[in-house]
Amino acid sequence: MTLVRPTKAALFAGFFEAGITGFGGVLPVARRIVVERRRWLTGVEFTELLALCQLVPGANACNLSVALGARFHGISGALVALAGLLAAPVVIAVGLGGLYAEYGNVPWVQRGFVGLAAAAAGLVVGTGVKIAWPLRGAWRSVLVGGLVIAVVDGLRLPLLPTMAVLVPFSVWLHR
Amino acid sequence: MSDLLDLAALYAELSLLAVGGVQSVIPEMQRQVVTVHRWMGADEFAALFALAQAAPGPNLLVATVIGARVAGLPGAAVATLSMLGPSSALILLASGAWMRFRDHPWRRLLQRGLVPVTAGLVLAASVLLVRSTTVGVGTGVITAVAAVALVRTRAHPVLLLACGAAAGVLGFF
Repeated sequence: MTLVRPTKAALFAGFFEAGITGFGGVLPVARRIVVERRRWLTGVEFTELLALCQLVPGANACNLSVALGARFHGISGALVALAGLLAAPVVIAVGLGGLYAEYGNVPWVQRGFVGLAAAAAGLVVGTGVKIAWPLRGAWRSVLVGGLVIAVVDGLRLPLLPTMAVLVPFSVWLHR
Repeated sequence: MSDLLDLAALYAELSLLAVGGVQSVIPEMQRQVVTVHRWMGADEFAALFALAQAAPGPNLLVATVIGARVAGLPGAAVATLSMLGPSSALILLASGAWMRFRDHPWRRLLQRGLVPVTAGLVLAASVLLVRSTTVGVGTGVITAVAAVALVRTRAHPVLLLACGAAAGVLGFF
């Protein structure tokens, strides 16, 4: 398979499409666009890059657009890809927020939002279970995960000092 | 003005703490937005989080929506850019080094240590959200169905969100 080196306009267009069609998660759509349709990266390269984007803090999809844009066109490429990814979703989100502020008090809209919020919370439960399930047999991981939940939910301590202690502890424990 | 500065400081910090993605910092975001700054109640926070999930695009949009609620369009811009800036700078620096150290052992070490932290943070976020969205049996059922469907079926997440909203509109609870 021959790979294509995208122009800046193509970077914008590709990530624009990933942003506006990425309902409930941009990454699967991004993979289809970047690997299968536009052939900017091989599947292996994409997986490699994605691992980095998940390791570095921040929204995974945004990190992916920055890293990929930078690979082909430096910092301006990163900005173009990120702008493409966010242009439409930011406008849509602000618009939805405005509708919520305007009509959030209408009874049936309010009920809809209560149901939506309950479903969204359920999706986070499911996501947490999916991440945690493979770790269930490893006592070190269970210990770290349990500590995180106790400190964050139970004690309600600020996250910065919590992470400053628990991340090095976890890396040391899993060495 | 002070709200804009608070938004900038909050989201710049969360940007660097979001290991494994934005969902990891939902507990801290909720703590700051609801308890520290008292910008809104826990129920509205959960609703705005849900709204951001329902929109297309990266889940960083929760910062956009909360910024807009707190300080209008300038708030949306400040929160979004603050959430993007620090992590984007970091990924720019890291992606150069990544290729050079691709087979280095510390990379796997770091990954192994971070995954359980992310798992704990996302589960902590889910506990917090469920606590503020469960207002009766009906909402509890919606949450449980969405969670089980996500784990056990190939149902699209947006379909599950739409079902939750529809159940609400129809007065399921």
